[in-house]
Amino acid sequence: MSNQDIFRSARHLKPALFYRAGRPAVLCLFLGCLCGLVLAGCWRGPDSPGAVRAITIAGSTSVQPFAEKLAEEYMRRHSEVRIDIQGGGSSAGIYAAQQGVADLGASSRELVKAEKELMEIPIAYDGIAIIVNKDNPLENLSLEQIRQIYQGKITDWAELGLPSHSIHLITREEGSGTRNAFEELAMGKEAYITPAALVQDSNGSVREIVANDPHALGYISMGLVEPRVRAIAVDGVLPTRENVKNHSYKLVRRFLLVTQELKPGPCQDFVNFILSPKGQSLLETEGLVGVAD
Amino acid sequence: MRLDPRLSQIFMKALLWALTGFTLFILVFIIVNISVKGLPQVTLSFLTQEPHDMGRAGGIFSAIVATAYVTFLAILLATPLGVGSAIYLTEYTKEGWTTRIIRFGAECLAGVPSIILGLFGFVLFVMKLGFGWSILSGGLTLAIMVLPIIIRTSEEAIKAVPPEYRLVCFSLGLTKWQTITRIVLPSALPGITTGIMLSVGRSLGETAVLLFTAGAALRTPLSLFDSGRTMAVHFYILAREGLSMPNAYGTAAILMISILLINVAAYTLMQRLMKRYS
Amino acid sequence: MKREVFIERVLLFLALSSIGSLLLITIFIFLEGVPLIAHAGLKKFLLTSHWAPTKGHFGILAMIISSILVTLGAMVLGVPLGLACAISLAEFSPERVKTLLKPTLELLAGIPSVVYGFLGVIWLVPLIRDYLGGPGLSLLAGSVILGIMILPTIISISIDALSAVPDLYRDGSIALGATNWQTVRRVVLPAARSGIITAVILGMGRAIGETMAVIMVAGNALKIPTSVLDPVRTLTSNIALELAYATGRHREALFATGIVLFVIIMILNFTASAITRRR
Repeated sequence: MSNQDIFRSARHLKPALFYRAGRPAVLCLFLGCLCGLVLAGCWRGPDSPGAVRAITIAGSTSVQPFAEKLAEEYMRRHSEVRIDIQGGGSSAGIYAAQQGVADLGASSRELVKAEKELMEIPIAYDGIAIIVNKDNPLENLSLEQIRQIYQGKITDWAELGLPSHSIHLITREEGSGTRNAFEELAMGKEAYITPAALVQDSNGSVREIVANDPHALGYISMGLVEPRVRAIAVDGVLPTRENVKNHSYKLVRRFLLVTQELKPGPCQDFVNFILSPKGQSLLETEGLVGVAD
Repeated sequence: MRLDPRLSQIFMKALLWALTGFTLFILVFIIVNISVKGLPQVTLSFLTQEPHDMGRAGGIFSAIVATAYVTFLAILLATPLGVGSAIYLTEYTKEGWTTRIIRFGAECLAGVPSIILGLFGFVLFVMKLGFGWSILSGGLTLAIMVLPIIIRTSEEAIKAVPPEYRLVCFSLGLTKWQTITRIVLPSALPGITTGIMLSVGRSLGETAVLLFTAGAALRTPLSLFDSGRTMAVHFYILAREGLSMPNAYGTAAILMISILLINVAAYTLMQRLMKRYS
Repeated sequence: MKREVFIERVLLFLALSSIGSLLLITIFIFLEGVPLIAHAGLKKFLLTSHWAPTKGHFGILAMIISSILVTLGAMVLGVPLGLACAISLAEFSPERVKTLLKPTLELLAGIPSVVYGFLGVIWLVPLIRDYLGGPGLSLLAGSVILGIMILPTIISISIDALSAVPDLYRDGSIALGATNWQTVRRVVLPAARSGIITAVILGMGRAIGETMAVIMVAGNALKIPTSVLDPVRTLTSNIALELAYATGRHREALFATGIVLFVIIMILNFTASAITRRR
């Protein structure tokens, strides 16, 4: 008998009872815990307010960079308040506000009927800019041309009077506030966007692709246009602050904060700060148009 | 015409080594590329400053804190579960339906893609249990992700402890539990540490899980219920949205080099353990 | 003795955590996703390719096809490359080289997937766009990146399989006058076949489940691809792209996508472990 054999038998020397009895009990306990978790998940969920210790803002990735700026500025003045900004998209932000997971939801689209019970606070106007690569000579598109491009009817730059090359079309993903606003403002009733379009999940990544691809065309929030990409005119009107303010630029939407109720305290104070001249001018320097006038 | 076997052997060997060389080249290319562009960005202030302007300026301090926090929590939760499982599997049962179920669970769990874990963590921890996007949700989900790694390595390590050790203990009248805590676990410690290190490496590089459970807030997380953006998520956002290429490279360099160092260290430790007992 | 029994129970409880987590994951993914499949109809969900969840169209056929194509593409690159590495290391190199190179190659597994995706965007995508045409973000780019990402899985499992073939086989073959390569091809590879198949299947699982890198390089368009230069959206990228934004039916649809992915992965895992067990 080798050592190993001895060991193996030694391991199994205890009475069988030692192993068997009580095992079902552990199993039951375990299954109980499992069921508990599942049940907790199923029922405790919706009405638990979430353990939020600071102001949490969730929602539109279009609003996010501006909210970050505002929060940074606000926290510089009030070091005792923490503001957490989450992305997630407009719908998620609205949902989070409804569920109370977030104190404020940020939305870059209008509320639909089912969401109307929420309180909405418009904080700024934003133009949606159609962008092309900086080497692309395109100056202007009509709303109709934009519609046809995104419906997949125009697929080549030659049809727009440029050297022939396929258009690399970029859109946002389903559920995005920017896409939603773009569909409503530019695409008309059926709001159909060709499935051949590339899909990206943030303004930044759309801009990044357009900046690197001379044949790309996309749309992003006006405030996020950088020198590496160029915003073109729509129906002859450039997306500038004046044109948004005087309503001559067509692709304009509102940025909203939504909440179940504005709790007095830091949350209320932060909203007041956003709507104050200081907050509004901060948004203006970032390329948005204030709601004040 | 049939090729001379010796010629064909030379040809095939050359081809295989060329392909191996190509694979090595890819590895070296990745490491060198990221290091060369990223390391110059890494300064003390890059490591210790808070990010500003969505990460365009400033450092990555808050991302480092969030990463450390989430990883620590995940390891803290997964280690007792994993090591406990391994002890049970190796010391307390013979092969049977229980071990088969447990092994099956660990095996399948190892194969679950991270996006599924992210979905799960999002629905259970973030939404249903109401933890929100937080370090806690992220840590819990990551713990599930690394659990199979810890179980597998701990099991190997405990199995590698020579049975004679246990025999001696039993013959001295020690109980089973005393044997395990005083002799088996200390001897297997290097192996268990290897598992933990590999788990840390895996956690550091994870993105999909954390994006949906820990969120992406840039503030330094202070409590378990704060949201935090880990380095991998921070890098993903910086790179994808083209916010700041230098900062993206810097973050990637720190992330990649720390993971590689951890993996090399874990491997060396494992080698040493193998040598001791073989 | 009481204490010992208690400890054993506690350990059993801990040991059930892995299978418990797996059960929880399954339960929650199905709980969230099944209502949508019931609502849209399984056939419509799986076999149509019109995906506009906020407007009530839930067809994921294009993504299933894309996932399969990207994975096959990754196999075309990853399997030969991985096998070549495994054979060189296991059969044609001295022990010292093997112990040095094997862990080195396994470092590929440690590089985070976002880094792969990032380098794909920086290096691979412009190459494809400039020399082959199309937007660069494409099926091809996704396949190449995934092909590289699955290498460590394929290499390490294949090496283990090759090393498990007894030296007697090799000696016998050499003694009969075969060259080393003939031995590898005619004797060792067939003997290690089941292990290599396991490696390939696990590699497939890795490829089909990968998310972040694919989202970055594959372009995410909803169309069924007609060429390797077309942008594609896989099941995983569909979930990750839209999850954060989705509510109601839309979110359920993403969980339903998760169910499809989960089932595919589980089938692959079962197959792999069945093959291993039979051996």
